[in-house]
Amino acid sequence: MSNTQDDILEEVVNADYKYGFVTDIEQEFAPKGLSEDIVRFISAKKEEPEWMLEWRLKAFREWQKMTEPHWANVHFPKVDFQEIIYYAAPKVKPQLDSLDQVDPEILKTFEKLGISLDEQKRLSGVAMDVVFDSVSVKTTFQETLKEKGIIFCSMSDAIKNHGELVKKYIGTVVPQKDNFYAALNSAVFSDGSFCYIPKGVRCPMELSTYFRINSAGSGQFERTLLIADEGAYVSYLEGCTAPQRDENQLHAAVVELIAFDNAEIKYSTVQNWYPGNKDGVGGVYNFVTKRGMCKGNSSKISWTQVETGSAITWKYPSCILAGDNSIGEFYSVAVTNGFQQADTGTKMIHIGKNTKSRIVSKGISAGKSQNSYRGLVKIHKKAEGSRNFSQCDSLLMGDQCGAHTFPYLEVSNKTAKVEHEATTSKIGEDMLFYFQQRGIDEETAVAMIVNGFCKEVMDHLPMEFAVEAKKLLEVSLEGSVG
Amino acid sequence: MLQIKNLHVSIDGREILKGFSLEINKGEIHAIMGPNGTGKSTLGNVLAGKDGYEITSGEILFNGENLLELEAHERAQKGLFLAFQYPVEIPGVSNANFLKAAVNEQRKAMGLEPIAPGEFLKMMREKMELVEMKKDFISRSVNQGFSGGEKKRNEIFQMAMLNPQLAILDETDSGLDIDALRIVANGVNKLHTPENAFIVITHYQRLLDYIVPDFVHVMFDGKIVKTGDKNLALELEAKGYEQFELA
Ligand SMILES: Nc1ncnc2c1ncn2[C@@H]1O[C@H](COP(=O)(O)OP(=O)(O)OP(=O)(O)O)[C@@H](O)[C@H]1O
Ligand SMILES: [Mg+2]
Repeated sequence: MSNTQDDILEEVVNADYKYGFVTDIEQEFAPKGLSEDIVRFISAKKEEPEWMLEWRLKAFREWQKMTEPHWANVHFPKVDFQEIIYYAAPKVKPQLDSLDQVDPEILKTFEKLGISLDEQKRLSGVAMDVVFDSVSVKTTFQETLKEKGIIFCSMSDAIKNHGELVKKYIGTVVPQKDNFYAALNSAVFSDGSFCYIPKGVRCPMELSTYFRINSAGSGQFERTLLIADEGAYVSYLEGCTAPQRDENQLHAAVVELIAFDNAEIKYSTVQNWYPGNKDGVGGVYNFVTKRGMCKGNSSKISWTQVETGSAITWKYPSCILAGDNSIGEFYSVAVTNGFQQADTGTKMIHIGKNTKSRIVSKGISAGKSQNSYRGLVKIHKKAEGSRNFSQCDSLLMGDQCGAHTFPYLEVSNKTAKVEHEATTSKIGEDMLFYFQQRGIDEETAVAMIVNGFCKEVMDHLPMEFAVEAKKLLEVSLEGSVG
Repeated sequence: MLQIKNLHVSIDGREILKGFSLEINKGEIHAIMGPNGTGKSTLGNVLAGKDGYEITSGEILFNGENLLELEAHERAQKGLFLAFQYPVEIPGVSNANFLKAAVNEQRKAMGLEPIAPGEFLKMMREKMELVEMKKDFISRSVNQGFSGGEKKRNEIFQMAMLNPQLAILDETDSGLDIDALRIVANGVNKLHTPENAFIVITHYQRLLDYIVPDFVHVMFDGKIVKTGDKNLALELEAKGYEQFELA
C-alpha cells in the first residue's frame, strides 16, 4: 500500500470516527449499538468536561451488569440494545435569535401538532426550550428569566456553563444504578432541560419543553434536572408527540426534581408518543424514571400527567418526602387504546414527619388495551403523623380491554393514616344512546364522559395545557366505541 | 307528522314488532297501553334510532322524511324525543353541561349560534320550575344518585329544555308518587301545543286522567289490536288484556 493510499485510508477512518455516521439531509447519526466508545463519542460530541464522561462511564459499567426488568402486565418483544442509534443531532447546532431562523420544516411539523411557537410566544409568555431530536434548537425568554436569576437551558448548556450545579445534583435523586433504564439513560443521555430557581424566587411563567422523536431507529434519552431552592416556585410543562413509525422506538428518560425548604415544583406532562398502528405494530416504548425529592421542610412536589401515547408505558413519577411537613401529589390520566399497554402509577415515600401525599389516578382503557395502575405508599418508622389519600378510578370502553389496580402499602408508623378508594365504570351502549337521543353524537358523548371522568386531574393542569390535553384525549379515543 | 307503516322488527332473529302501524298528526296525544313484553319500549327505541334492532320490513316517515335513514342524534336534532323508561346515569357529566351540549347541538342543526350562557341559565331556571326540580340538581351528574322519581322528572325537564316536536314518554309515570305524577303531567300539558305531538306509553289509566289522550291504542304481541278514545283505557283497567289473547 502506498503512502498516499494510507493517508487516504487514514483520513477516511478518522473522518468516519469524527463525523462518520450516515448523514441524512440535516441529520447526523452515531453508529448503531452501545459500547464504551459510543459513550465516549457522545460525550466528546457534546464537548463535555471529563467529570461528565467519567459519570457516564460509571453508569455504563453499572448498566452492563444489570438485566432488563420484566413485569407481569406488560408484554413486548425483547429490545435489541445493539440495534439502537444512541446519538442523532442536527449537523450544525444553529444559533438562533428568532423563529425565522428555524428550519421551516420543523416549524411546519410543530404547527401540524397544534404547537405553534409563534402563538405560544405571543399569547402565553411561555419560555420554551424546544428539543428537536436530541439537541436544542430554540431557547426563548432567556432575558426575563435571567433578570430573576433563573437558569433554564438545555442540559448540554448547563453542563458547559453551570457545571458545578449539575455536578452537585445530577444523580442525587435518581442514581445511575437506580434501575436498568435509568442506568442506560445516565450513560447515553442526549439532552434535556436544566432549571434552577434561586432562593425566594417565583418563576413568573410556565417553563415548557416540547419533545419530539424524529429520526427512525434512534433512541431518545432525555435527562431533566429541576432544582427549586428555598422558598422558590416553578411550574414546568413537558409535552411531546411523535410522528408515525414502523419500528419500535425506545424512550428512556430520567427526570429529577429537588425542592428545598418551602419550595414548590409543579411538573405537568402531556405525553403522546406514537402508540403503534391499529394492529399494534410500531409505537414507542416509554420507560421513564421520574422522581422528585422534597428535600426541605414544607416543600411540595406535584406531578400531573396526561398519558395517551406509547405502545408501552412504564412510568412511576414518585416523591420522596424527606423534609418534615412536605407534600407529594400525583394526578394522572392514562389512556390506552388499540394494543397499548400501560403500567403506570406512583410511589410516595414518606420519611419526614407529618408528610402528606395525595394520589388521583384515572385510567381509561379502550380497544384491546391493558391499563394498570401500580402505586406504592411507603411510610417509614419516623414519619409520625403522615397521611396518604389515594383515589384510583378506571373507565372501560368496550369489552376487550382491561384495567388493573395494584396498590401496595408499607406502613411502619402507627400514627400514619392511609386511605384508598377505587371505582370502575364502563361506557356502555345504553349510555351512548342516551346522549345520542338528546342530539349529541357518539364522539362528542365519549369526549364529554371522558372529560368528566378526568376533570379532577385536568383541573391541575395549567390552562392552555389543559385545552391541549383535552384535544389529545378526544383524538386518542376517536372511534373507540360503537 | 309521523307515519309508521306495517313495521316489522326483530332482535337476534326474534320478531318483536309484527306489523305495527300508526299515524300521528300535529297537536295529538296518543296513549299506548299493553302488557309487559309486548314491544312498547322496542317501538320507542326503534323510533329513536337505537342500534341492535333489525327492521325487516315497513316504513317510518317523520315530516315526510324516511326516519330509518337518520342516525339517532340526527333524529333527536330534528325534534324527536324519547323519555326513557330507565334513564341512564352518567357519572362525571353535570346536568347543566349535558343539557347545554344537547341544546347547542340542536341549535347547530338548525343553523343557529350556540346559546348565550345567560340565556341558557334563564331557560334552565324557567323549565326547572315547570317540573319543580331542586336547585342543586344543575351541578349534579346526570341522573347519578337520583331517586327513581327524580330520574323520571329529569326526563320531562330535559324534554322541556329541548322542546321536541314529537315526544315519546315511555312509562314516565311508573315509580312516581301522586304529587310527582301531577307535576309531570302538568309539565306535559303546559308543553303541549297544536304544533307538537305526544306518544304516552303507560300501564295505568290514572295518568290519562291528567294527560288526556286523543287516542288510546292497545298494543298486543307486537302490533296495535284496538284503538279508541280515553274510555278504552277505563275499559282496559276493568277487563285487563285477556280479551285480546284470542285475537
Ligand atoms: N336487547 C334485547 N335483546 C333480546 N330481547 C329483547 C331485547 N330488548 C327487548 N327484548 C325483548 O323484546 C320483547 C319486548 O320488549 P319491550 O321492552 O319492548 O317490552 P315492553 O312492551 O316495553 O314491556 P314493559 O311493559 O315491561 O316495559 C320482550 O320479550 C323483551 O324480552
Ligand atoms: Mg317497556
